[in-house]
Amino acid sequence: MTKKEKLKRMLTLFITFLKIGGFTFGGGYAMIPLIQKEVVENKKWVTDDDILEIIAIAESTPGPIAINSATFIGHRTCGFFGSFFATLGVVLPSFIIITIIAYLLQGFADIAAVKYAFFGIRAGVLALLLKSFWGMFKKCPKNVIAYSIVALAFIASILSLNTLIIIVSAAVLGLVSSFVVAKKEGEVK
Amino acid sequence: MMILFELFITFFKIGLFTFGGGYAMLPLMREEVLAHNWAVESELINFIAVSESTPGPFAINMATYIGTEQAGVIGAFFATLGVVLPSFIIILIVAKCYEKFQSSKIVNGCMTGLKPCVVGLIGAAVVSIAGTVLFAGEFSKKALISAFSELNIYISLAIFAVMAVLAFKKVHPILIICMSAVAGIVVGYGFDLKV
Repeated sequence: MTKKEKLKRMLTLFITFLKIGGFTFGGGYAMIPLIQKEVVENKKWVTDDDILEIIAIAESTPGPIAINSATFIGHRTCGFFGSFFATLGVVLPSFIIITIIAYLLQGFADIAAVKYAFFGIRAGVLALLLKSFWGMFKKCPKNVIAYSIVALAFIASILSLNTLIIIVSAAVLGLVSSFVVAKKEGEVK
Repeated sequence: MMILFELFITFFKIGLFTFGGGYAMLPLMREEVLAHNWAVESELINFIAVSESTPGPFAINMATYIGTEQAGVIGAFFATLGVVLPSFIIILIVAKCYEKFQSSKIVNGCMTGLKPCVVGLIGAAVVSIAGTVLFAGEFSKKALISAFSELNIYISLAIFAVMAVLAFKKVHPILIICMSAVAGIVVGYGFDLKV
């Protein structure tokens, strides 16, 4: 790749991810089909297998899926600066829109109609959260270890134990249990 | 200056310890934001609605919003940078040694614990948020202290029940938020509610 080609790719990456960031509602997994269409079908920078890789990686690394995939595809396409411009692109629309909304909300928060609207909205959000929780629960692995960790994390969090401590303990518990299970399977064989 | 540093560090921590998509970030975000007094729970729930109805990931929206509220555009910049940086750095490393990462027994072992953990944490967050939404109160020790009148509780419950049915019937989240807003305005003026 010549320098000029590289610059052009970075600009295209930036604009592509700007579009992805500006038009996907709900973030995360909602972005995957749009990413697939833009960078696999239209630009042909990465393959369908890469997209599967990204989903697998995004699930086992921390942080928002949108950032994970922008950084990864940027890197595949043209290295560090590719990552930089793709991530900048995906973040920028939210950043601008939310900054404006934050200033607007400060001005409107005391109007009665706005207060009533948010009173209703909060009940609607609770419904959305419940549905989202149910969806995650159904996707959770179905075995005794997984269910026990769900229950333990739930109880610990209700009892106001520090969330970071719960997360780290769950990781350790998962690690230990997976080694124990692997060892047992080895003995059976 | 201090607030900028605190925004950056807090959101860096949130970015570093959240695994999975959707609302996976909510439990840790909620704990940190409430602990720093950057918002009360009802504001946080309002903002979930704003985030659902605007483009972009929840994490970025939330970081930008809290940052702006606390320290203007510069605050938004540092909070957003904080939440983005951990993924950015980690993915750059992983992209270079994908094969090793993918077959790592340690990574996979940790994930068998982390996935169910997130489900449990979100469940607990939903219970606590239900207390705020339906009763405007908090579960303290044994009793539920409610700031709502009985009428408010019944109306919240009714809106929640209808929207839950619609949500499980896969009605679009933005439509649910719009309908809830209209319902809130209609019954709010209709019954002259105090909210």
